[in-house]
Amino acid sequence: MNETLTTSSVSKGCFVFKSASKKRKRHVGLDEYLVEADDDSGRDRFRICQKLWETVQTSTEEIQNQLNKKVLDSLVEFIKKHELGSSSDVWRQRTSEIPTAALMLGVNVPDHAMTFRSLCNLLQDSVTPFVVSVHAKECAAVKHLIQKVLEQLMGKAVSVDEEQEEDAALPQKAQCTISALCQWYKTATKKCSQKKNDNGLRQSLPVVVIFKDFEAFNSQVLQDFIHICSRYIQELPFIFVFGIATSPSAIQHRLPHSVSSLLCIEVFQSVSCTQHLASVFDKLILNAHFPFKLSSRVIQVLVGIFLYHDFSVQNFVKGLQFSMLEHFNSQPLSVLCCRKREALLCAKTLSQQNVERIRHLPSFMRYVETQEPEEQVKLLTSDQHVKEVCQTLLKSLHKYHKNYFPILQCLHSLTSSLPKFPLGKHIRELHVSCNEKNLWETEEYDSAMQLLRILAKNELVAALQGCSDILQSASTKRMQTVFQQVEDFINRLETLESVSSEDSSVNGAISGKIDYQRKTDLFQLQKTLLEKESRRTKKMSPFEVLRSQVIEFIDSLVREYLTPAHLQPLSEVCYFSSSGILRQRLNVTPRTSIQAALSHPYYYLQNESLKTNAGTISSAAPDLCIVYKLHLECGRLINLYDWLEAFVTVLSAAEDQDADSGDHGQLDSLKHARFIQAVSEMEFLGFVKSTKQKTDHVARLTWGGC
Amino acid sequence: MPVTLQCPGYPEDTLRTLAEKLPCRETQVTSLLSLMGQPDHYSYPSVFIYGHRATGKSHVVLTIMKDLELPHASVDCVECVSAGLLFYQVLSALFGPDSAALLPRCPSLSDFVRLYKQMSSNTPATQTRYIVLDRAERIRDMDFSLLPALLRLQELVNDNVTIILLSEIVWEKFRPNTGCFEPLLFHFPDYSKVELVQILSKDHHPSYTPELYASYINILLGVFFSVCRDLRELRHLAMLNFSKFCEPLEKGEAKESDIHKLWKNIEPHLHRAMQTVYLREVSSVQWEQQQMDEKEATALRGLSAHAHIELPYYSKFLLIAAYLASFNPARTDRRFFLKSHGKIKKTNFLKKHEKTSNHLLGPKPFPLDRLLAIFYSVVDSRVAPTASIFSQISSLVTLQLLSQVGHDDQLDSPKYKCAVSLDFILAISRTVSFDVVKYLYDFL
Repeated sequence: MNETLTTSSVSKGCFVFKSASKKRKRHVGLDEYLVEADDDSGRDRFRICQKLWETVQTSTEEIQNQLNKKVLDSLVEFIKKHELGSSSDVWRQRTSEIPTAALMLGVNVPDHAMTFRSLCNLLQDSVTPFVVSVHAKECAAVKHLIQKVLEQLMGKAVSVDEEQEEDAALPQKAQCTISALCQWYKTATKKCSQKKNDNGLRQSLPVVVIFKDFEAFNSQVLQDFIHICSRYIQELPFIFVFGIATSPSAIQHRLPHSVSSLLCIEVFQSVSCTQHLASVFDKLILNAHFPFKLSSRVIQVLVGIFLYHDFSVQNFVKGLQFSMLEHFNSQPLSVLCCRKREALLCAKTLSQQNVERIRHLPSFMRYVETQEPEEQVKLLTSDQHVKEVCQTLLKSLHKYHKNYFPILQCLHSLTSSLPKFPLGKHIRELHVSCNEKNLWETEEYDSAMQLLRILAKNELVAALQGCSDILQSASTKRMQTVFQQVEDFINRLETLESVSSEDSSVNGAISGKIDYQRKTDLFQLQKTLLEKESRRTKKMSPFEVLRSQVIEFIDSLVREYLTPAHLQPLSEVCYFSSSGILRQRLNVTPRTSIQAALSHPYYYLQNESLKTNAGTISSAAPDLCIVYKLHLECGRLINLYDWLEAFVTVLSAAEDQDADSGDHGQLDSLKHARFIQAVSEMEFLGFVKSTKQKTDHVARLTWGGC
Repeated sequence: MPVTLQCPGYPEDTLRTLAEKLPCRETQVTSLLSLMGQPDHYSYPSVFIYGHRATGKSHVVLTIMKDLELPHASVDCVECVSAGLLFYQVLSALFGPDSAALLPRCPSLSDFVRLYKQMSSNTPATQTRYIVLDRAERIRDMDFSLLPALLRLQELVNDNVTIILLSEIVWEKFRPNTGCFEPLLFHFPDYSKVELVQILSKDHHPSYTPELYASYINILLGVFFSVCRDLRELRHLAMLNFSKFCEPLEKGEAKESDIHKLWKNIEPHLHRAMQTVYLREVSSVQWEQQQMDEKEATALRGLSAHAHIELPYYSKFLLIAAYLASFNPARTDRRFFLKSHGKIKKTNFLKKHEKTSNHLLGPKPFPLDRLLAIFYSVVDSRVAPTASIFSQISSLVTLQLLSQVGHDDQLDSPKYKCAVSLDFILAISRTVSFDVVKYLYDFL
């Protein structure tokens, strides 16, 4: 990747709606992309990457469908209800209310497209063929909106039955009215009812109009459209769906009472984006079966972009895709980043180059240092031996992941109910802190353990029950034994019933009585409390003994399994860790890049002659850079002539050194032209603009400008 | 007793049914009819009828047209996104769709007049033709010559034609500054309470006596008359709540004569309706469902109950910064956002006009630079000026939380206004634990 990529986007931005079908194109000849001259594994890496990306895509779609299922189903239910009920509700027809669903989608606008797509498909499959979805930017005026609706409805019907294309062709724009639509609808439904005579009940197929981004619509357009539609509601059973990003009160803000009284609004709430992210996280990142992993830093960058900037799961997945591409591109050893069996096969046939690369991996070097001297020599000399060791290391890495995630989930389920969430509310936070350093050395972990140590019995049993549920589904043998141990603890806690509990309660009651009889003095109180504490530690009830055993057991599990991944040998194979690149690419700073390009041209152009000290203006720099640097010294208004003078002076400074020519510092037409071109480029970049306040002046637009 | 309408040239019994169909509008109907005169007489070229929503303007005019079988074209101007559509609809209603098809692609007024002349010479008018234009205020947005031309259409096409304009706005707002033919003005006054009772009692339920329904309407009006005189709304509300009113009767707890008991039953219910279904907080279907399963008694959450909006972290701060920029005078920024601002007391510092609360005056526009400056001093961490920060500003604009002042395509130094309420910003700033009140000049 070359650095100039970042400069390609300029100034103010907006949400980017990426086209979904980009991936298809990439197949053509792109497997060459990762191939370097002396490397044969590039094609394999590309293949692995493609395969992984496909699994990512399918699983994210699955997740989205699952999460949206409930709200979409209820929406369909709503539409069906109105479709059947419209004939019986005589009174509603008289007041001509249009059934309207307000679909709350949250502010993560880029994610909406997928929801609407599945809603459209669902409606077309199960309810009515007449579904229209409109975008605000296409509908600047009512006529455009009506035109869009007509085009989509009639155009679609034409494509459905091909034999009658002629008569159903779009009417002239002049007749683009709802009454024309009414005529068309009558003939269309007649055709439909003729086709499916068997279910004659369904006579009025509703016309569903989906307003994808309700807030962005011009409110006058909406009002007019609703007025017009309500006039035809008897003949044309309209149903509206408003896709709302903010809150339902937006409807009341946009529409006056006279218009909103024409609607019969019901609210549907979709899943929150944080929940969506959590399920994507569970499926793709906290999953041992997905070989590609992100380091804690990278996760923090991606989650940070999500939480701080856009709330968009789509963009999160795009970020994941980018890290995958970057990983498979930049790390040749990523050829081993696949399922266990394939990885082992690959390890057997590693090229000599790759073996050498493995030897240079920091985690592998650390591993070598822990070995016996003979072994060390062997590892450093014999390629074959490295390959064998590599296989065992890969096996243990996979095993590590298989054990890591169940234990992580257990720890999360134990600590997520604690007050103030010492280890984080979400499992991703716990995962990040586990990956960063040894969890058991952190203060948060200590406080969490403290809190666990004072859990009541029923809470503890419930928490352990949760753990055992998680462990039950874990696959490895080791986890099964852990599961047995947890079950054992639960049993012991439950059988520990009657005797102990009575004991403790009596004790507590007596001591309590004594306390309250005394007068409360702060010092005394502290003393008694301390005493009580010490007494308790001295004499523990059987429950307390057992409880501390449980906590120690958990602690031992954490120390054994939740070790940071980067300490595992060969972890670099699976883990993508260059968070800096990710941040640079995903969270671009166009202003800074433009500034950097203009004030330090060497940074992008990499031309030795452009290297300058800070503060000086080199005449070798491009004209634009010189003009830019000169303009930084000016105030709000810049005198063009002064600017030109300064520019010529800078240019002729270089000539001075070459030769003492007579026309030193003089203005010739070439310099003049260069200056004018540079200034117009500045204007194009948005740094200056012409002003009417003073002739022969321009106004600065940035930093200190007007 | 209904006044017997008298108008020569029309059959007696049609007039009688007409009078029955249009209760409480007798005077208007009589004067309209007398104005129209006999069917073959020339009528006044243009009539302008105005009055509030649901005062029966279009109802009266259209019923007269239909019942007396007069040749007419009725057009709702909201639908006419262009003048061409208006011409098309008028021609096709008066002379059939074939004639309208003769209109060129983008018809001008003269095309219309030419075609109209041609058609009317083919089929000369035996009766006055009427063109009824509902929501006539929309005509003002079309070509400026359209309204004056329509007002003297009779002269232009040389035919017995009358334009009837219906609007909720008074004529003064229509009059073009170049002057025009003055139409005859007609006012439809609001229905009085007695008239409303009379009209609403007409659609009584078949299984109950008209008296019961009338008393129900009386109760309903007692609650709603002070807030709503819109006949359509009242009718809608009457329909929605009647089943609840009849509930004691169905259960046998009360008799029809037991008005007081019925009143006690329905009155709190109607008050609840006024706060919810009338404001469309709750849709009519939900309201009905709620009536069905009364036992649950869980109050439905209205639309405005879902006011909370989840925003990304920096968007929240951008919104807070925008709010501060909108409601603080720019001169006070030093005081709030500079560490060593010195002691500036509010009193010495004020200009006269700033003494009124900025919150009463509404949000003021601010440039992008100021927004960002406040944002950077308000947000607690170092934030790079990334593209996504800027894109968040534009997405706040599309979400209508900020509004851009001036043109959309203004690239250099755009200006914004904050479009959210104080309550909203308080809720937002609470989620990021930022004390916004401390930074507001009005609460100093």
